[in-house]
Amino acid sequence: MSLRIFVSRDAGAVAVGADEVAVALAQAATKRGCAVEIIRTGSRGLYWLEPMVEVATPKGRVAFGPVTASDAASVLEAMLADGPHPLRLGITEEIPWLRRQTRLTFARCGVIDPRSLEDYGAHGGYKGLERALTLTQDSILADVTTSGLRGRGGAGFPTGIKWKTVAQTSADRKYIVCNADEGDSGTFADRMIMEGDPFVVIEGMAIAGIAVGATKGYIYIRSEYPHAVEAMNAAITAARRGGYLGPRIGSTSHSFDLEVRVGAGAYVCGEETSLLESLEGRRGIVRAKPPLPAHKGLFGKPTVINNVLSFAAIPFILAGGAKAYADFGLGRSRGTMPIQLAGNVKHGGLFEVAFGITLGELVDDIGGGTFTGRPVRAVQVGGPLGAYFPRALFDTPFDYEAFAARDGLIGHGGIVVFDDTVDMSKQARFAMEFCGIESCGKCTPCRIGSTRGAETIDKIRAGERVAENIDVIEDLCNTMKFGSLCALGGFTPYPVMSALKHFREDFGPAPTRLQAAE
Amino acid sequence: MTDYEPWNATRGAEIIAEHTHLEGATLVILHAFQETFGYVPEPALPMIASALNVSRAEVHGVFTFYHDFRHKPAGRHVLKLCRAEACQAAGGDALAARAETRLGIALGSTTPDERVTLEPIYCLGLCATAPSAMLDGRVIGRLDEARLDALVAEAQR
Repeated sequence: MSLRIFVSRDAGAVAVGADEVAVALAQAATKRGCAVEIIRTGSRGLYWLEPMVEVATPKGRVAFGPVTASDAASVLEAMLADGPHPLRLGITEEIPWLRRQTRLTFARCGVIDPRSLEDYGAHGGYKGLERALTLTQDSILADVTTSGLRGRGGAGFPTGIKWKTVAQTSADRKYIVCNADEGDSGTFADRMIMEGDPFVVIEGMAIAGIAVGATKGYIYIRSEYPHAVEAMNAAITAARRGGYLGPRIGSTSHSFDLEVRVGAGAYVCGEETSLLESLEGRRGIVRAKPPLPAHKGLFGKPTVINNVLSFAAIPFILAGGAKAYADFGLGRSRGTMPIQLAGNVKHGGLFEVAFGITLGELVDDIGGGTFTGRPVRAVQVGGPLGAYFPRALFDTPFDYEAFAARDGLIGHGGIVVFDDTVDMSKQARFAMEFCGIESCGKCTPCRIGSTRGAETIDKIRAGERVAENIDVIEDLCNTMKFGSLCALGGFTPYPVMSALKHFREDFGPAPTRLQAAE
Repeated sequence: MTDYEPWNATRGAEIIAEHTHLEGATLVILHAFQETFGYVPEPALPMIASALNVSRAEVHGVFTFYHDFRHKPAGRHVLKLCRAEACQAAGGDALAARAETRLGIALGSTTPDERVTLEPIYCLGLCATAPSAMLDGRVIGRLDEARLDALVAEAQR
């Protein structure tokens, strides 16, 4: 029997040499004359251990990492002998970092071959859709509502209510749109699930289609994610062949088909109405709401638009797990959240866990602090539009409301860690600069405010009338927060104001800042 | 690097014809042009406008809105450095400055010999293996000075 070896094909693993490791393992096996089958999976999400290589054993998969091409021969020997190796991590499932997680959405990611519909089915795939096909629309909607699932893109709107609105709006056509324009720095969960378990996204979207009576769906993926585009396209083709997409799904009267559309480098298209404009072939200019997309969305038709992770959570919920899903969590934040630890962090990766875990546990305990070994000074939670948190707020539980109460947001669940060399007025300036680069230009507070904001922070950094200019920034942030049409202009004040509030010593002429750093 | 076809109006018309049946086809067509020719040639815009029955200004507006679309060919190699927060936290600022010095150009420009285009990118989703880069579509993580220098040298070849 040949040895079954698993190597990730996730872009994050490929970026650190997984392809070379896979080739080297195959060559080592040929040289040694042993039969191996190398299966390319998604990533388990333990990125500091990538490229991570696993081998199937009677006790379960055993992991090695981080493996380089030059380690391939010795790792192969250790696999064959079931012997020791400096890179041996033990049974994968028993690695504490994985064991502490509650993997509902990411249960299969890193385990299965993302190109294989059979593998997906063998690991519990399509149970949710099969059950949904036997239910009425109302029962499907009831399950989604019971689960307490809220939009994982950042806004946290209850998914059940959104779907119900679309279901109740009559139209000749309706659409399901998956927002895979994951532009927030520090987030990569959408990319991981699309590359590692694309069928779960397809299944979630198909269930949405049945629930609201839509027959066509689009997945809008950012162009910065070529691996995800390839994975989704391959999975759509396989799902069609397997009868899970297209006319008469599972030999029922329901039809549903999907198409991937690729963005073109505009961050603002992650905003849902801008994304819809882009899908229609126009400039990604934000629409005023109302009308809500649920009433008038894509091409003016009722549209369910959800984040990748929201759709990916659906199959578990519909496979009889609605109550189980809701049993996880805290307060009004039910279920699990795939949290992403990134930036200057020792143990960076994907950590799916029930809501309620504190920021400090995530950063210090699970993340292990910084990889530079210096003290953690600040973390930015929720992407470029999220607030910077100082250590003093590390007791904040990961929960939509708890973060909002501390003038922050969990957004898409990304946490970027910074050590004590960070210059927070520079980070605040970057937030304004980024908003200026990416503003769609429709509303004045965002378009002009971002440029004026960057200029004013430059003045503060140059020591020019610091107190007055800080007042200007506060006033400007207030205008942007309440006067912008969408979250780009409306939330840029979060990183700026939090930096100003918690790290005031960094706002002043350079000498003060340098003294403060010492 | 990728080999692109030289601009050819007949080929352009074929590309448009392949996609006009799609809903909201403008971006799809612009992408197809760029994949074929390496950029979106000026004469393509009125052709797209006429095929989709929209104004030339509308197509121009779409073309110029998105960072990805080029109005002239890039250098033979395109090196993109992530400039977003996670990569900044991991030392990306210094690496970007180093790349600019090595190539003698600023981010967003092409070397005079048209070998290398150096561009900022805002997040490749490789934030747990930061800093990251992309060279002609190939992703690279855990960038340090040595790996960056090797990438720059590779791009200059």
